[in-house]
Amino acid sequence: MSTLPRPEELYAKINHTPPKADWMDVPVDIKPGRYCYAANPDSLNYVGLPHARKWNPLDEDWKLPENWKEIIFNGIRERLDKYRSFKVFMDICVRCGACADKCHFFIGSGDPKNMPVLRAELIRSVYRGEFTTFGKLLGKFAGARPLTEEVLKEWWYYLFQCSECRRCSVFCPYGIDTAEITIMGRELINLLGLNIDWIATPVANCYRTGNHLGIQPHAFFDMIDFFCDDIEDITGIRPEPQFNKKGADILFVTPSGDVFADPGTYTCMGYLILFEYLKREYGLDVTWSTYASEGGNFGFFTSHETMKRLNSKIYMEAARLGVKWIIGGECGHMWRVLHQYMDTLNGPEFQSSNMTVPKNPITGTVFQHAASTKMIHITEFTADLIKHGKLNLDKSRNAGIHLTWHDSCNTSRGMGLFEEPRYIIRHVVDKFTDMPPGTIREETFCCGGGAGLNAGECEELRMMGGLPRASAVKYVHEKYGVNMLGCVCAIDRAVLPGTMKYWVPEVTVCGLHELVGNALVIPGEKEREVNLRGEDLPGKEDE
Amino acid sequence: MKALYSLFLVFALAAIALVGAGALGMERTFGLYIPFLAAAVFVVGFCWRVVQWGKSAVPFCIPTTCGQQESLPWIKQSTIENPSTTTGVVLRMLLEVLLFRSLFRNNQPQLYSDGRVRYASSKWLWLGALAFHYSFLIIFLRHMRFFTEPVPALIRGIESVDSMLQIAAPTLYLTDLVFIAAVTYLFLRRVVVPNIRYISQVQDYFPLFLILGIGLSGIFMRYFAKVDIMAVKELTMGLVTFSWKAPQGIGAIFYVHLFLVSVLLIYFPLSKLMHMGGVFLSPTRNMNCASRKFRHINPWKFENVHYHTYEEYEDEFREKMVEKGIPVEKPL
Amino acid sequence: MYDKGKILTGLAVFVVFMTYPFWNNIGRAAYVKPELEKPRMAKECVENVEYMRAEHMAMLNEWRDEVVRNGMHEYHSSFTHQTYAKSLTKTCLKCHENKDKFCDKCHTSVAVSPYCWDCHVDPKGVKQ
Repeated sequence: MSTLPRPEELYAKINHTPPKADWMDVPVDIKPGRYCYAANPDSLNYVGLPHARKWNPLDEDWKLPENWKEIIFNGIRERLDKYRSFKVFMDICVRCGACADKCHFFIGSGDPKNMPVLRAELIRSVYRGEFTTFGKLLGKFAGARPLTEEVLKEWWYYLFQCSECRRCSVFCPYGIDTAEITIMGRELINLLGLNIDWIATPVANCYRTGNHLGIQPHAFFDMIDFFCDDIEDITGIRPEPQFNKKGADILFVTPSGDVFADPGTYTCMGYLILFEYLKREYGLDVTWSTYASEGGNFGFFTSHETMKRLNSKIYMEAARLGVKWIIGGECGHMWRVLHQYMDTLNGPEFQSSNMTVPKNPITGTVFQHAASTKMIHITEFTADLIKHGKLNLDKSRNAGIHLTWHDSCNTSRGMGLFEEPRYIIRHVVDKFTDMPPGTIREETFCCGGGAGLNAGECEELRMMGGLPRASAVKYVHEKYGVNMLGCVCAIDRAVLPGTMKYWVPEVTVCGLHELVGNALVIPGEKEREVNLRGEDLPGKEDE
Repeated sequence: MKALYSLFLVFALAAIALVGAGALGMERTFGLYIPFLAAAVFVVGFCWRVVQWGKSAVPFCIPTTCGQQESLPWIKQSTIENPSTTTGVVLRMLLEVLLFRSLFRNNQPQLYSDGRVRYASSKWLWLGALAFHYSFLIIFLRHMRFFTEPVPALIRGIESVDSMLQIAAPTLYLTDLVFIAAVTYLFLRRVVVPNIRYISQVQDYFPLFLILGIGLSGIFMRYFAKVDIMAVKELTMGLVTFSWKAPQGIGAIFYVHLFLVSVLLIYFPLSKLMHMGGVFLSPTRNMNCASRKFRHINPWKFENVHYHTYEEYEDEFREKMVEKGIPVEKPL
Repeated sequence: MYDKGKILTGLAVFVVFMTYPFWNNIGRAAYVKPELEKPRMAKECVENVEYMRAEHMAMLNEWRDEVVRNGMHEYHSSFTHQTYAKSLTKTCLKCHENKDKFCDKCHTSVAVSPYCWDCHVDPKGVKQ
């Protein structure tokens, strides 16, 4: 692993002036710190993905199958027919450059091939050379080039420097979405077994155990039980979550990161407190599932088919348990998949006809906007409860926090979840300041580790990609004294603590329901001395 | 270099017309056959390309949401940026096509030495693009005076508004100025801004030069060379009524203009200029964002998909589940 | 989910719009270059025909400026070697008696609306 330069050094090195030579003549240089290790063949084999083998991106020989070009060309041909997005986006880009400086990886690295337009051109140039008349006739003159091993390596390197955050597509006059191109590109290289391990192994885990981290049911149970211990210590009340309970009203699915790693775990404790409160006060019947114990979907970073296979568990489990509808926890790409793909991918096959349009039994609110998918976001649920005055919240327990809000890329640009979390924030925290326009809402920046790029070995890339977000946080930190960065995404909660430590060490990261869990007063609880992190509450420090 | 190639190419095309229609006297070829062929290629080619796109499926509902979603009734939805109705989608598309909504968002990050990144508003590209496309549209419509008799009131109206400053005679069209300025801007940013130069290709410069050539040759023959406009109209009317006869003595510059237009028409369906049709088919813009409300149906099926069923899962972990009191389907 | 109907409708609009010059002229009389009424009295204009055809608008524009701004009322023709008054109504319309049978013919055909008549009055037109 490479050593990470100091922040000032890294910042000073950023150079946005491209090299003199034509980009096609600049050979790919796979730099340590900016690439992820190759997929473990066992993981690929477990889910039946092709051409599993041991290989190393730094090696000259990638041990490609004999007919690799044919595989790629057939793959492109098939996808041009199946995805209008791919075909149209291959054809209509005018290279106006509006997207060029919108990518966090470009802003932070200066590598011109991280300009979304050029990332797409890497594939487009081959498409032109093989699939268009002009390209075939005129070659490089028409912006076309043949597919070589060099080109393939370049694809691989830059397809795993895109976090599929869609920020470029907001600015593109034709809505060309680099995420869509990256998704296709990753599908293509997956046909040759060229996945990265930080994606492939979670996929295999999720397939087998139901979650990315490979947590088996008993361990999943133990981890939640452990949170319940903590909650009991803090509040004097022990939540009693239900697992795989048939006949429950609601299934709850969250990213397994929340069960596994700080600070997601505090968010998970927040969910537990919320559901316990609602059970005691209103008799809400929610169950967790160990089989569908993952909302996130690294299959989405592999191929549409893999996404479908992993996602199918949610509807299958909902049908088996006979729940009426589903609540999804705080996660980013999970919600891209749930909001825009799940109902199409698996609804017709696996959604039980016994499911109903989500209706909050406590407030009577019918979530008509989720009428078909029958799954709502937990912030939609909580915001509705707060609006109807169903939660007893004590903001003062979050008094030490001055919060700013990181709109996660997928919930922003693949869903439009902006006001729900902010409404909740206003009821659980006193001090809240948004970051400047251009860095939030639909123009929000990726944390730098989305789409499977949170591997330890590509930390430098992640720090570069995290710069735009960190810079905006730094601004509100210095100007307004913000000390906490909130988000609704498990990858954010995994990535941003590192990014903050690197760029803005004074700011820490939390999930929204951690703050809800802190503020929510459970009937009969003891006076809390500490927050969910075990830190002294404001005013209780000296005891 | 790429810009120079393109420039030479346009010069060569102009030279072909000059030699062909001028020196070789092939007025019929350059005045009638090629333009007609070009118009046919344009219309048929354009439709063919769009139909090809249309044949590709739209398997998923993947709009880019650029505003608050429809969710709880008391949360104000952004009905155009994140539409959940057909009206909303239509309005979104209209804003995109007519006003270049997305381009209007453009901003530019600047890295300061204090370690801050700031985002400055950057609307020049939006303005330049809007100026270019609208002046092109007006110029296109204005040219209908050569293809209609009597000239409809709308066209005459455009004509008189465009020349309302009454500068010189023949009166100066304002769109001519805007057009040349906009094309020049679009070209200059490609050579001056390093990153834009880096991404620009021959096929980006060529249409710019071609269009600039069309504009300049048009301006030259209106304001300076003054071709016989009545003879031009006789030719153009003949062209569209299929009574093809090539009038004499129009002046070679007219054929340069017409030939470059013909080249543009033929080049159009083969090139990125197809963004004109493509923007309407972009799934990130033209789809209803309420994807949890209405099920989008994928017309094709995934074949031979393997799932890891609950039964397989329980079979593997049954003992461990029972140990923790997690309910199972089949007891141990 | 192909949106076939919408795409074909869109293309139909495109085709109708783009082929407007062709279908618009169906059933109309073939275009004939307008016949201009020749002056009964004069054989020659102030300059030769080709020059007048191309430059009359520029010439009138210049005449207007010179008369109104510089008070120069005389035009010396190198073609006829005669001197004329720089006047639309007194010189041009003296021979080309009918504006509607001369000026307007071409102007209407190519949708040119010179602003001469914003100020000048067509002597014949007044009577109508």
